[in-house]
Amino acid sequence: MEEFNHLYEMLSQVQGYVYPNEVDLQWGLLIVQYPYLTGLVAGAFITASLERVFNVKALKVTYELSLLTALAFLLVATMPLISHLGHPERFYEIMITPQPQSAMAIFGFVYLWYLMVVLLLEIWFDYRRDMVLWAREAKGLKKWLYKILTLGVNDISPKTVMWDNKIGYFITVVGIPSAFLLHGYVGFIFGSVKANPWWSSVLMPVIFLFSAMVSGIALIMLVYMVVSYVRKKKPDMLALDTIAKFLFYVIILDFTLEGLDQIHRIYEAEESFEIISMLVSGKLYITLIVIQVFLGTIIPLVILGVFQFYKPKDSIRRVLYLIVSLLILVGIFFMRWNVVIGGQLFSKSFYGFTGYKTLIVGSEGLLMATVWVIVPFSILAFLIWLLPPWKKHNSTEISEAE
Amino acid sequence: MGTKGVKNSRRDFLKKTAIVGGGTIAASLLNPFDAVLIASEDPGDKSKVWWGYVIDIDKCIGCGRCANACKTENDVPKEPFFFRTWVEHYTINNDGDVHVESPNGGIDGFEQTLDKDDVFKTFFVPKMCNHCHKSPCVQVCQVGATYDTPDGVVLVDDKYCIGCRYCVQACPYGCRYIHPEKKVADKCTLCYHRISKGKTTACIEVCPTSARMIGNLNDEKGPLVKFLKNHNCLVLKPHLNTASKLFYNSLNAEVR
Repeated sequence: MEEFNHLYEMLSQVQGYVYPNEVDLQWGLLIVQYPYLTGLVAGAFITASLERVFNVKALKVTYELSLLTALAFLLVATMPLISHLGHPERFYEIMITPQPQSAMAIFGFVYLWYLMVVLLLEIWFDYRRDMVLWAREAKGLKKWLYKILTLGVNDISPKTVMWDNKIGYFITVVGIPSAFLLHGYVGFIFGSVKANPWWSSVLMPVIFLFSAMVSGIALIMLVYMVVSYVRKKKPDMLALDTIAKFLFYVIILDFTLEGLDQIHRIYEAEESFEIISMLVSGKLYITLIVIQVFLGTIIPLVILGVFQFYKPKDSIRRVLYLIVSLLILVGIFFMRWNVVIGGQLFSKSFYGFTGYKTLIVGSEGLLMATVWVIVPFSILAFLIWLLPPWKKHNSTEISEAE
Repeated sequence: MGTKGVKNSRRDFLKKTAIVGGGTIAASLLNPFDAVLIASEDPGDKSKVWWGYVIDIDKCIGCGRCANACKTENDVPKEPFFFRTWVEHYTINNDGDVHVESPNGGIDGFEQTLDKDDVFKTFFVPKMCNHCHKSPCVQVCQVGATYDTPDGVVLVDDKYCIGCRYCVQACPYGCRYIHPEKKVADKCTLCYHRISKGKTTACIEVCPTSARMIGNLNDEKGPLVKFLKNHNCLVLKPHLNTASKLFYNSLNAEVR
């Protein structure tokens, strides 16, 4: 009986009519996290590619950091998904017997492609020469780690290194559409559910993609500032301003797309319109209107917009960049929340609402979700310790910037 | 293109429209039953069984015995959050407001809370899996644990389901739940263990008014097809094009 206590509590919170099976909200906090983490990966990678492919020199200082961040979060991105399964021990079935009609079944392959072919290879080619050199300098465990990571390819003649760079460039070029695929695909998982009018939108993959870029760029901004603070160095303001400029443009695009989606909904005012407008003005008011739109979009947009015309002194900009990046990260988290949880709060009968309460313990609880936030940052800390971007032998720009 | 060209293309267009339109009408006259099936595609070999189901709303008295029998027959957890079938009570008042309820799936019966004089219309609607021919749940299942049987029943392999719940999200009718002990998706099997042995389903067995009916959609002389021919039957949410094989007689527009 006790295991159903929270369901009885939810039953008492039902407003109007929901199908009896809908009292139990199926996708909770962890499924909010999954597109959030995946989005951070895609966004961080695209920030990296700005330097590599689009030749935005000012972002040289954040290039490796972006790649390592993407990797740290990618390694964890599937964890919330797997831990929320009814049978996590059967997850491998997705890879062994995928059902090709399912929008979700291909995720494992897209994910592996991205992890193995894009990120790991790109980082390896980028760091190979340094790892060979570090293996000579370092001692103890670290020496061995570098030796293993070079995979025995120790040739660092200028010609080979040039090839490393060429291949790295090629991988980044392949990586950009892959990042688009990875996150656009996550959007499709929701956008293709025709039973749910809050999700079912052809714009969903595009919105997911642009919001992913917004969150990823904001994350790099934050990580770069924190890493600089920890290293007791002043962050390169040119890099921060450049990131902020891109962030500004991408937020405009993202906001426009999301606005278009909503305006389209309001104008068409289909069968589900009444229940959805009640959802937005009621249960989602705080998380959508206040947090996602006002705090997470409009305030950052105004601050970054003002900076395009008027630049206050460095220390003020730094503080505001910190605030903006945090606001955006929170805002995009709640964007995922509003999609995932919001889409399940109203009944598919359109006659009522169920409730949602985050549990603390359990495989889908708050503690588990916290673990999946701490772990990627710990991995990132380890990666930065192992592969410090500022110690790269060819990174003259970085030392100059410092 | 001159005037002649425009005229010609218009004539062509009219000709093609006439052929397509006329052809459709002729085809539906030849085989009116296909129109009833709406989007349901070719049910395969006509000599084999193709299960369909009819609920006659006019006959349902809301006793909830079907929901109860289903739980007993199929080991569905007794808590009021898990149902393979349930009964909804619709009341439309004189102002046109729709009030829907299904306390404990209707198992414990219903009570009319509205004043009798305020009631414009009231009726019961039993719900269950629609055994769609183009099921969104089958489409989204990552591993193929949800599948169509050759005789048109949608089933879940509980030894194989990973419990991702995508199918629960994809079902437009709220017919699936996650079994709290098995941790897999669960739903109406059309009592497959019974119908494949020539018995009927538990819900039909206990229905005191014969509001529920199962039958072979391929058997054009059978009782189910006969019923569909003689009554105005509809499916739920036809715009979603799921090719539902659960048909309702006297379905009101308020029912979703």
